[in-house]
Parts: sequence; C-alpha cells; structure tokens
Amino acid sequence: MEETKPQLFKITFDGIEVEVEPGTTIMQAARKIAEADQSQTSIVPPAMCYYKPLPASGGKCRACLVKVAQGSAKDTRPMPKLVPSCITQVQDGMVVENTTNEAVLEARKGIVEFLLINHPLDCPVCDQAGECNLQDFAFEHGSAHTRYEEERRTFEKKDIGPYVQLHMTRCILCYRCVYTADQVTNKREHGVMNRGDASEISTYIEKSIDNDFSGNIIDVCPVGALTDKTYRFKNRVWFSKPEDAHCDCDKCSGKVILWYRGDEVIRVTARKNTWGEVNEFICNTCRFERKKTSDWVLEGPTKVKRSSVISANKYRSDLVKKPDFALKLAATQFKNIDDTREYVTDKDTIRHQSIENNDKANHRSLLNQNN
Amino acid sequence: MARKILTEHIHVPGIETFDVYRKQGGYTAVEKAIKSMSPEEVVEEAKKSGVRGRGGAGFPMGMKWGFLAKPEGVPRYLVCNADESEPGTFKDHYLMKTIPHLLIEGMIVSSFALGANKSFIYVRGELMYVIRILEKAIEEAKAKGFLGKNILGSGYDLELVVQPGGGAYICGEETALLESLEGKRGNPRNKPPFPAVKGLYQCPTVVNNVESISNMPWIVNNGGEAYAQIGIGRSTGTKLISASGHIQRPGVYEIELGLSVEEFMNSDEYCGGIRKGHHLKALVAGGSSVPILPANLIMKTANGEDRLMSYESLSDGGFASGTMLGSGGFIVFDETACIVKNTWNFSQFYHHESCGQCSPCREGTGWMEKVLHRIEHGHGSMHDVDLLVDITKKIEGNTICPLGDAASWPVASAIRHFRDEFVWHITHPSEATAPGAAYRGDMALV
Amino acid sequence: MTDTPNTVAFSSERLEKAQEIIARYPEGRQKSALLPLLHLVQEQWGWVSSEAMDYVAEMLDIKPVEVYEVASFYTMYHLEPVGKHVIEYCRTGPCCLMGGEEVYAHLRQKLGINPGETTADGKFTIKEVECLAACGWGPVFQVREKYYMNLTNEKVDEIIDELSK
Repeated sequence: MEETKPQLFKITFDGIEVEVEPGTTIMQAARKIAEADQSQTSIVPPAMCYYKPLPASGGKCRACLVKVAQGSAKDTRPMPKLVPSCITQVQDGMVVENTTNEAVLEARKGIVEFLLINHPLDCPVCDQAGECNLQDFAFEHGSAHTRYEEERRTFEKKDIGPYVQLHMTRCILCYRCVYTADQVTNKREHGVMNRGDASEISTYIEKSIDNDFSGNIIDVCPVGALTDKTYRFKNRVWFSKPEDAHCDCDKCSGKVILWYRGDEVIRVTARKNTWGEVNEFICNTCRFERKKTSDWVLEGPTKVKRSSVISANKYRSDLVKKPDFALKLAATQFKNIDDTREYVTDKDTIRHQSIENNDKANHRSLLNQNN
Repeated sequence: MARKILTEHIHVPGIETFDVYRKQGGYTAVEKAIKSMSPEEVVEEAKKSGVRGRGGAGFPMGMKWGFLAKPEGVPRYLVCNADESEPGTFKDHYLMKTIPHLLIEGMIVSSFALGANKSFIYVRGELMYVIRILEKAIEEAKAKGFLGKNILGSGYDLELVVQPGGGAYICGEETALLESLEGKRGNPRNKPPFPAVKGLYQCPTVVNNVESISNMPWIVNNGGEAYAQIGIGRSTGTKLISASGHIQRPGVYEIELGLSVEEFMNSDEYCGGIRKGHHLKALVAGGSSVPILPANLIMKTANGEDRLMSYESLSDGGFASGTMLGSGGFIVFDETACIVKNTWNFSQFYHHESCGQCSPCREGTGWMEKVLHRIEHGHGSMHDVDLLVDITKKIEGNTICPLGDAASWPVASAIRHFRDEFVWHITHPSEATAPGAAYRGDMALV
Repeated sequence: MTDTPNTVAFSSERLEKAQEIIARYPEGRQKSALLPLLHLVQEQWGWVSSEAMDYVAEMLDIKPVEVYEVASFYTMYHLEPVGKHVIEYCRTGPCCLMGGEEVYAHLRQKLGINPGETTADGKFTIKEVECLAACGWGPVFQVREKYYMNLTNEKVDEIIDELSK
C-alpha cells in the first residue's frame, strides 16, 4: 500500500504562504513562518495567556486576536469577528491578517490598555521587570499614555508558602499557573477565586502550596504575580548572566538555566524556548536548593535574543520591529477624545516623553512604597 | 383577543397540577409525538414552525436542532436554559411558576425529538421555590407514566433533572451554563466547538430557552405550518413580553409577533399606556442588553414606518436607529427617568456579572462603570463621553462570549441617543446631582 | 482524616437528599452535584464555611480548591456567617424605576444596617443583589426562598415586623 502523507493545508498569513498540518492553530502557523525566517518574528501574534505546553490554556487574554479575511478555499467569506489565533484551527486556503490589519492592531492596543489599567506601575521594584511579557506587550503594542483616571484595584496580601511570592495586583488572570498545577502536579491547591475583576489567584484558606513541582508556576507566569522568594530583590535580570546547565536529577530532566551574579548562582529556572515557553518542567529541588555551581554541569552561556532586555539592558526599539500600522495609529490615537492634548508624532519625542512619564510614575510608586 | 399559545390556560384555577393541566388538553402532544411520530418528524415540525430562540439570540430552534451531532454510542443531551437573569425579563419565571407542566411537556417532546434520555432544566438558584414547583410537576408526570422508563409503553426512557444555579447572570450564556451544570465556575467556553458537537460532558447538546421549549406542545399538536401562520414574516408565533417600568400595567403578556409597539404600549390589554400625567422618554425593548431608543424612534422607525414587535421591525435601522427584540424585556422610561443614572445602573450590573475570564470584559466593564459613576455624581469631564464610546468599541466583538457586547450596547446607545443628557451632567453637575433630577432639555417626548 | 473527627456532617435527611442528587448524574460526573450540594450546606448551616466545603469536596471526591473556586464565583453562597434572615434586595434598573431606591433606603434605615451588614441581634442581614427576574413586580426582595414583591414602605414594615417575631 502506498504511504499516505497527511494532506497539508496552505494558508496565507500577512501575505506569507505557509503549509501546515490539519489541526494546526493560526498561532502555530505564524510561529512556523518565523521559525523558518527570523526576520518575520514580528508578525507572530503576542500570547499573554496561551502556552503551548499547557493544552488547556489560551483564548482568554484576547491579545492574539487576528482577522480571518477568508475562511477557507471552499468558503471564502471572512469571519465576522476577530478570532483568537491561539485556539483557532486553520482551514485550507485560509487568509489571515495580523500586522496588516488596522482593526486587529486597534483591538490589540485596546487589550494592552485593559491589561494595564489595573496593573501597578511598580516595574522598578518588580522582580519580573526585564523578562515580563506584559512589559514587552505594552512596549510593542501599547501607548505611552494612560486614559485611566480611576483608582487601581488592590487585593489583600496572601502568603502561599516559603518558595513562591504572590503579588495579586500584578496578575492578568491568564490561568497558566492553574493549568500548570493541574497538569504537572495533579495536586492543585490554588485556583481562581471570586469573579469578574475581583477574581484572584488564591488558595482560599491560607495555606502553602506544597509539592515537588510547585516552583514551575513562577516560570509560566507572564508577569510578576508569581516570583521566586529565594530570588526576591536580589538583582535586576539584565545584570545577571544566564548559563545553561544540567544535573542528574531523579525527579525531573535536570535541564536548567543558572542565573549568575559574579560567581554566585542567584536563581535557577527552567529553560524556555524561542516563544518563552518551558517544555521541560523542573522540580523544586533543582530550582530552590541546588544553588552552587558544583551542583551542576555547565553547558555554556544561554542564547538570549539580541533585542531582549536581558542582553541589551534596555528596550531596543531599533531591534524590535513595530508594525507599520501601529506607528500610524500611534500618531492618530485617541485624537477625537481630547482635543486640547498636544499630538506628537516624532518618534524621539514620544520616546523621551514616555521615559519622562515613566520616571514620574516610578517616583510616585516609590513614594507609595515608602509610605 | 389575540391568539394565545403559551398562556391560553394560565388563569385556570389549579393549572399547576397535573390533573387540571391534563383536563385542559395537556400532555396530548407527548401522546401524539411518542405514539405516532418519529423523532425526525418532530424536528421537522420545529423547523417548519420557524420558532426562534426566545432567550435573546433569536436563532431558529429547528435549525439549531438540525446541527446536533449524532455519533454512535454517545449520549445526547437537551438542556433547558431557565437561568433567566436579564434585567427587564421575568417571563420564564412567570411561566414556570404558574404553568410548570407546559415546560415539562415541552421537555418531553423535545427530548424525544433529539433522542435524549436525560435532560436538564437549569433554573437560576434564586428561584428555589420555582424549582420545587417544577420538581413536584415532574413527580406527578412520572407517576402518570409520562416520564421515566418506557414512557406510555413506547420503550422511550426519559429522566428530567432540575438543576439549581448559584447566582450568576453569565450562566445564561449557553456554554457557561454547561460549565456550571458540570459543577464548575460559569466561565463561557471558546467556540468552536459548539455545544451541538461538544456540549455537556463533551457530548452533543442542545440548549434552549424555557419559552422556546414551551412552544413545542402546541407545535406538535397543531403542526409547524399552523405555527408559522401566526406572527409576521420570519418572526413566527407568539412571544412573551415582560413589561416593566413607568407603565400602568406592568406584567407578562403574550403577544402575536407583529403587533405594533404603539398598541402594545397603549392598549389596556397590555401595558395600558404610560403612568398618568407622564410622557414617554425612552424604551429598552428587549432586556437591558439591547440598545435603548428615544421616544421618537420607538413607535416609528427612522423611515417613518410603524414599529412592530418583531425581530425585524425592532432591529430596523441597525444600531443607528434600531434596537432588538432580545429576550422581550420591555422597560419603559418616562420623563422623570435619568438616562445617565440608568446607564450607570446597567453598567454596574454587567461589571458585577462579568465572569472575569477574558480581559476586555473583565477590565472594560469595571472601567465603564467607574467613568459613569463619576459622570452621574458630577465629576465627569467632556472627554469622558468619548472615552466611554471608545471603551465600548474596544470591548465589543473582542470577548469570548456576548456579555461584552451586552455590556457595551446600552452604554453606546445611551450616548448615541442621549448625548445631551451626558453633557448636561458634566456641565451642570449641581443640577444633575440634585435628588430626582432628570434632564428635560429639548428632547422629544411622546 | 480518622484522627480528627469530622464535626461537619449533613443531617440524615439531608445526607439522603445529597446522595439522591449525586446519583442523578451520569457515572463519573458527580461533580455536577456541587452547586446543589452547596445549597444544601447553606440550608443546614445558613452559610458555607470552609469546613463544609471540604466536607462536600470529600463527598464528591474532588479537590477542596475546586469547591472554593465555585463557591466564591456564585453570589448566592454566603462565605461568611449571616443573620437568621438574609434580605437580598434587587438594585437593578427596573426595580429602581418602580421605586426601589426609596423602599430599600427605608429598609436600611428601619434595620439600621447597610448591605453586607448584620443587625446586632443577629436577626437580619441585608445584601444588595442584581436582577431577581421579577422586574414587573418590583421593587423586590428575597428572604431565603421567599420572594416579596411590589414592595412599599408599609409592606416592608409589615414584613420586618412579621419576621422579627
């Protein structure tokens, strides 16, 4: 009998054709394009909740909404609404618009704004700063201004154990940590309590999350809501040097990244792929207890993208390609709302102003911290 | 008197009992369907009737039934959506508490048509007393052989389960309802897959509103074609309208679709007109989620045609000058009502009821409520009005479920039609925040 | 939990009811009984304590956190102790149009408490809730399972006096 290869679907994403297997999502098709040609990385929709190694994730944050301009070769009608690319499967002949569609970029700008309105401006004291998906997302798709004048949401502080620090105010409710606990530990003790904008990650009754793989919820967290207590305030990530290393562990793969300050291992994390996802979760012993170089076999410096804050010490707008539409939109944004506001379209001034605004905000948040 | 399908016998004393209901011709549809029709024939009658989902979306019920996947060896479920929580809507509450056997009978013939052997009625938990009425009705029907094993000796088995909710508007969204029925948080699911393919317990499922299902006994008895004769155009049959607000006779009325809005509003058979000495200012025709209309667009469309109580006529003019029939929650405002206050009130509702799963709705509903709160309390600024419009645009269409749209439309439409009133709140804060204040500018009143 | 005796348990009548409820779902889907069981908990103890939630979790063989997540999502479950009578009044649009604000203000004043509070004698708790699906019969409040409709100040007085007995 002849070997039957699965028939591939051909789709067009932002004008680029790609062939993928049936069942592939739009997001994965876009990632396939970028994996073949790194200069196309900027066409991949951002993912704040979707996490490929966690099959239950996705569809919640709406950051990856795209326009399906043609449903398939058979049914050429466009889909009426924007669709979440992370969970929408491709059809043969589908035409998808992401960075080439104004409505998509406008919606995405809205999502950034929604995620930021209740997010504290505490990046200067947040351990996640520099490796924060929300910072990246806001830098690439957001606006330097805020239109939010109301009070920000706060939560009662809750202790969830000796290893993981929970900062609920920073949480964007991606549910990744919940799915991680379900999938990796099978003994979930925390979850999402309450509802609406009062929803919070919690154990409900004060108790510590206690199992061998609990530390992975730190790595999957896109923001600084779940951070490593053994690493708190020790360093800024861009001042540390990541090294790939492994050990012979009886609980997990033992493949990790050691984060050095000088000769000292200040943090151990799992390894992340190009898309910031952990494929091999590590155990708490590796993460929290093996903090000596002698515990590990070193493999060499971790490859970090040149555009990353970790290697550049700052956001490099010259290395992060912004979609053209976003620049155009930035120039015209919210014009109809405040006619008295001055509109700046010059890139340097915008950057300067945003630094200034940030400084002011940082100053304010530090003042709050001190009070 | 107009024709009644659902409420013909509703005033018969004792109609909540099996015997009285039976005497009025109840359960003949079960006999007819099970003894002389195939499930496919019942589905065919539902399709012919053209009856549309009465929960708000207005999707043809027969067509929905037609989508149900039927893989071998997998159970199929019918779930009745009795989580009625849309502000302005109380028709299912009324129907279930006064004539519970109508829904039970409808559930039996519908379950038979879909090949379901276990069906659920998901009733909002607040209506616990109605749940007890339904459970009693189910016991009675079971005792008489209309439910349970081998119904009327046909070999068809059906078990009906009444499931209480826990207090969440979002569970009226069909996939949130299914999640809740599975004992989880009422977080709507992303679609596809649709319930018709993967619904309750990942099995093919149909979710229908109480009123939709309650039409089935009549449709089985009289035929889908006879049903389609009633009403107007693609709005076939009758509709229960829940009337509330500033009218003489609030209550639930069954109308033939196509009745003019004017007659419904002013006839003594229905609302009986606006409160004495007052004038119509605005109307929400289909529950709090649909766009609010000002007086001048209620009785006539923008083209000057009579506005009718039908899916098509109410939506004539689109969002610019029309609204929607929705769930039939008819809320009337006279000139004493403050539109800003009411918009804020509705906005509080959606903020409170958002499940919090997707970011535009979780964050946007709260933001809108806070801005509206400021405007209503005299702390608004001019750009707030445009900000609100922009927030509604950022939410609408970008959420997992329709709650985002439902939260946006009342705000967007109130600003579209009553912008002056918002501006007045901002420019005249002290007048606007005085007790009982309502803008009476140069607005058209009827 | 053999060493610490469980102090939380349904009465025998409710236990029977609970088992009846659990049995009505298909094999392996007993989690569906969660919402009805939480209602039973509230029927017995008036509110839903974390001990009671653990008890329900054990009964349904699910993780306790699954119960906390659900109980805190739905507004009907009181996660704190409440008064003997919980008065839940509808604050949504239509009820306000029908004069709700005035009536509810009267109710608050009569009992001397705000929503979320309980009277000193432990008799009444007031809660503000969203639409109770009785808009045309508003203003409306609910005390446990009973609906009180077409409320006026006088009617509120009568009801409170009656419940106070």
